[in-house]
Amino acid sequence: MEIDPLIFRLSIFILSIFVGYYVVWSVTPSLHTPLMSVTNAISSVIIVGAIIAGLSGNSDSVFNTSSIFGFLAIALAAINIFGGFLVTQRMLAMYKKKKKDKQ
Amino acid sequence: MISSNLSAIFYLVSGVLFILALRGLSSPETSRQGNLFGILGMIIAITVTFLSTGNFSTGFIFVLLFILAGGSIGAFIAYRIPMTAMPELVAGFHSLVGLAAVFVAISAFLNPEAFNLGTPGNIKLGSLIEMSIGAAVGAITFSGSIIAFLKLQGIMSGSPITFKGQHPLNAIILISIIVLIYLLCSTQSSNLFWLLLGVSFLIGFLLIIPIGGADMPVVISMLNSYSGWAAAGIGFTLENTALIITGALVGSSGAILSYIMCKGMNRSFFNVILGGFGATEDTKSSSAKEQRPVKSGNADDAAFLMKNASSVIIVPGYGMAVAQAQHALREMVDTLKKNDIKVSYAIHPVAGRMPGHMNVLLAEANVPYDEVFELEEINNDFANADVAFVIGANDVTNPVAKTDPQSPIYGMPVLDVEKCKSVLFVKRSLSPGYAGIDNDLFYKENTLMLFADAKKMTEDITKNL
Repeated sequence: MEIDPLIFRLSIFILSIFVGYYVVWSVTPSLHTPLMSVTNAISSVIIVGAIIAGLSGNSDSVFNTSSIFGFLAIALAAINIFGGFLVTQRMLAMYKKKKKDKQ
Repeated sequence: MISSNLSAIFYLVSGVLFILALRGLSSPETSRQGNLFGILGMIIAITVTFLSTGNFSTGFIFVLLFILAGGSIGAFIAYRIPMTAMPELVAGFHSLVGLAAVFVAISAFLNPEAFNLGTPGNIKLGSLIEMSIGAAVGAITFSGSIIAFLKLQGIMSGSPITFKGQHPLNAIILISIIVLIYLLCSTQSSNLFWLLLGVSFLIGFLLIIPIGGADMPVVISMLNSYSGWAAAGIGFTLENTALIITGALVGSSGAILSYIMCKGMNRSFFNVILGGFGATEDTKSSSAKEQRPVKSGNADDAAFLMKNASSVIIVPGYGMAVAQAQHALREMVDTLKKNDIKVSYAIHPVAGRMPGHMNVLLAEANVPYDEVFELEEINNDFANADVAFVIGANDVTNPVAKTDPQSPIYGMPVLDVEKCKSVLFVKRSLSPGYAGIDNDLFYKENTLMLFADAKKMTEDITKNL
């Protein structure tokens, strides 16, 4: 009997939870804020669903109820992707080691 | 148009890059590279999606336009936001992820053919279950984050809003969500779908209003986790590996952060979620204890104490963020260092309004991260330090947590500030902290209270050094 592909996706999901568990425990506490902003950015990979939804209209009419929700989701996810990665970048650039004393 | 097998492999690659992005955060040196991995993963995921749909008609132009519009708003916010406003920003971003998940679910529900999920009214059962869970969690994330945002921004009062029958009401709504998902899957009725969304928005709102301002670190982490689970739910619907992996990563990340925050307060997760903490404490603290004598001083006294010290530990808290005192603080520390005084910073896990909040602010003020220590790393050093400079923190220094089993914060890990030879406590007044309890530290023999705005006091001390 064939295995339902859902089982494979479930396996990926469960294993990823474990990967996440170990990876996140190794994040240094001083970087917990950047961790939150970067997880924000990457969870916006939901944009792939939004793009499919946005492109669901046919050539006669780009906009239908379904694709409009897709386009809105694209804009929201894009705010998050750009905002999330850039603000993380900005924060991480501030973390500096002790400089050699200037005096 | 590329084959679905090939695109699945690319989605896997972008999932792995996201794992590496989080992995990079294990140290500040590798973190910047990690962030680039994340960006690369995102670019791959988006490009592959375009290639796999193979649709480069008018719709494609509109997709690009919307990405551009959203992207410029996001970039604008990212560059303009002050670092003290990070908690609000993150809460706001969570709400967007939640809403995007809801919109994608709506779109898939209205036009399942586009996603190969069946036809309207006859969506594959598995997909419908995944979709409705994703939509419900997304809606909870959205409305919950909006409330968290309003509370952090000060638009809504940070104090807990409680009413009679709150918990039973929430329980009923949560059960009704499960029932609605069951009914939706058996009838495929679109009315039930809209009802499910409405009820989920409502519960997100109701779950967050009873939680007070200082519990926001837990709330933000929890909503972070929810946004991940919502993404994973949608990932299952779309059979997309990148989304499933990311959802699981973000979900467990948020869960771990909530756990760390709860442990930092010695409270159980449910205790925080059920809320209302601190609302009943006022009567006790305002009566007898208020009359005890305190020593208060001015900037000159503080400067004198610090000048004669050989080591100083700084304990920052939310008050520092409110007063935007981090730069003034760094200047003070620079002056101290010129006088050969050893300075380090002690950060409590729940200092501020989100995990790592203080570290970011200190980093912004150019404080090297190897001078900043976590509670466990530095707690033993207080006994050997000459001066502890508490700026904007309160409950996290309260020795009552170690001595009085009756106290609501008993058992919470606290910084052993009182073990220092002398303690300088910058605060506006003697009012109790968030937990509504008096801080014993105020009345200790070796404590000098500095009643002033944190930023102004710090600047005055620097002048006097």
